[in-house]
Amino acid sequence: MTINRDFRTCPDTGFKIHLPADKLIKWNAVSGVVFLMIGGLFGIAVALTRWPAVHLLPADWFYLALTAHGLDVLLVWLIFFEVAILYFASSVLLGSRLASPKAAWAGYWLMLIGAVMTNIAVLRGDSSVMFTSYVPMKAAPDFYLGIILFAVGALLACFVFFGTLVIAKQEKTYEGSVPLVTFGATVAAVIAVFTIAAGAIILVPTLLWSVGYISHIDTLMYKVVWWGMGHSSQQINVAAHIAVWYALAAILFGAKPLSEKVSRTAFLLYILFLQLASAHHLLVEPGLSSEYKIFNTSYAIYLAVLASMIHGLTVPGSVEAAQRKKGFNKGLFEWLRKAPWGNPAFSGFALSVVMFGFLGGISGVMMGTEQLNIIIHNTIYVPGHFHATVVTGTTLAFMALAYWLVPTLWQKELVLPGLAKWQPYLFGIGMGLVSVFMMGAGTLGVPRRHWDINFADAVMGYDFPGAAHLMMGLNGMAALMGALGGAIFILNMVGTILWGKPKTKAAEEEAPAPAPEPVVATYGNAGTMAVPGTFTLAMVFLVSFVLYYFVNWKYLAGVWPLS
Amino acid sequence: MEETQANSGGADEPIPFMQQLMDNPFLLLFIGVTMPTVFYILWGIMEITAIPIAN
Repeated sequence: MTINRDFRTCPDTGFKIHLPADKLIKWNAVSGVVFLMIGGLFGIAVALTRWPAVHLLPADWFYLALTAHGLDVLLVWLIFFEVAILYFASSVLLGSRLASPKAAWAGYWLMLIGAVMTNIAVLRGDSSVMFTSYVPMKAAPDFYLGIILFAVGALLACFVFFGTLVIAKQEKTYEGSVPLVTFGATVAAVIAVFTIAAGAIILVPTLLWSVGYISHIDTLMYKVVWWGMGHSSQQINVAAHIAVWYALAAILFGAKPLSEKVSRTAFLLYILFLQLASAHHLLVEPGLSSEYKIFNTSYAIYLAVLASMIHGLTVPGSVEAAQRKKGFNKGLFEWLRKAPWGNPAFSGFALSVVMFGFLGGISGVMMGTEQLNIIIHNTIYVPGHFHATVVTGTTLAFMALAYWLVPTLWQKELVLPGLAKWQPYLFGIGMGLVSVFMMGAGTLGVPRRHWDINFADAVMGYDFPGAAHLMMGLNGMAALMGALGGAIFILNMVGTILWGKPKTKAAEEEAPAPAPEPVVATYGNAGTMAVPGTFTLAMVFLVSFVLYYFVNWKYLAGVWPLS
Repeated sequence: MEETQANSGGADEPIPFMQQLMDNPFLLLFIGVTMPTVFYILWGIMEITAIPIAN
């Protein structure tokens, strides 16, 4: 068997890129963006239906669109892009050949065939079981088979990633420990393996049940194991987008982490405890004990929350340290004011850090508290929370990376650079508002996955307060704003790949000369802990966190008046 | 002094335990699969199977 050892050198970064890895990164990233577009269109239809004054779709189409939206954006877009990140973080950052490109291509095609198969099953109209596909709701067999094929493909990609780490070590393409970004990607791959294993344990029998070989699947057993996949798949996103934050800080600012050891230990806490949060979805199940719920939903006594707060401190801290080294030392925030806010790779990254922490992080910890969870369980607060984590956190971080990755890999200029400057703000703020309005409506009791909160023709109706209707209307408007941002991103990416002007020599000369060894591919600390601006922002975060947490206890106390 | 490599100490210095752990992706994989399997899935299944069946 011949091994492809062909590399090219990136003129912008100096990276040695293995040609098969180059192609696989491109195909996986583009496939992800296509599914983001498809899932985004379904998302607009869902948001416009939940806007009471518009109420776009009939009930059957609403549940079809909701199923397709959840599947395409929560699973397909993110996993395709994450596979691209895994190959980038292993083969490119370590300067190594990719292990078994053939297996990587087999994984890619399995993922693509699986995703298309499941989408067809949903669009046919006989599998509107939503992303969770809770039994005893039964979808067509090809719905489950498609997800299984997709998962097997993703598992192959994880094995290729681990194989590439082995090859890089054996062929000594790096010395010492792998770079922090590669370590973060390793954590994402570890979580992915558990996620896929949990998916296989539950989806294979569910497939057999849908074709009639198994007579019964216990609903609670299904929920427990399914959420081992469903929630853990979102934890892959967390680990991957934090690796992307560190990568962008290094690429844009030459920033090194404040402490490699602390950041790596925080990632280790993710490996140990992050996936336990799957139990969030089981907090009102009477068949499970409080001990089980509290241990798991607190990510083992909040140790994984601690890890997220460490990353939330060290990522902006590393940027501050790098900026101060360049002379932006005036006051607490000159380093932040003088940051490149017009560069979409930076603005997307900055908004992602802030909104993931403030909106997604704080609401997630509140929801994971057994007593507080009852206030918002199964309300639209829950999608409000995960639109903050997955959309303003992960998707925005991936978009920010794409603004650097696509022009660098394809060696083309962005087709709409002016619009690109505005895109992260439109998308990030739009989707941030979606999260806020959904969480507001959820606090007022508006249910999730509900076609009509007016309860037209219902035997037992319910009048939600006017504020709830207002929130749902504002949610629809904010979703349109976010969708406009999403459309600009997709136009920019697809347009750049298809019609972008090749980077000229003049443009290359204007760009700063690549460092001999890019910081993102090295091990090393910033060498300082003097980041007063970041510590001030961290204090603002902690005060907000504490206040919001206690406001919700106060709110819980008002649910059942005890006078 | 700025640290440039994880194992930047002298060649004779033993590699710390935590670094050995974090430099081994397969050990991380083992831990990352075992922990949630035991604490989330197995514990959950044990509790479900302990629920008495209605007569």
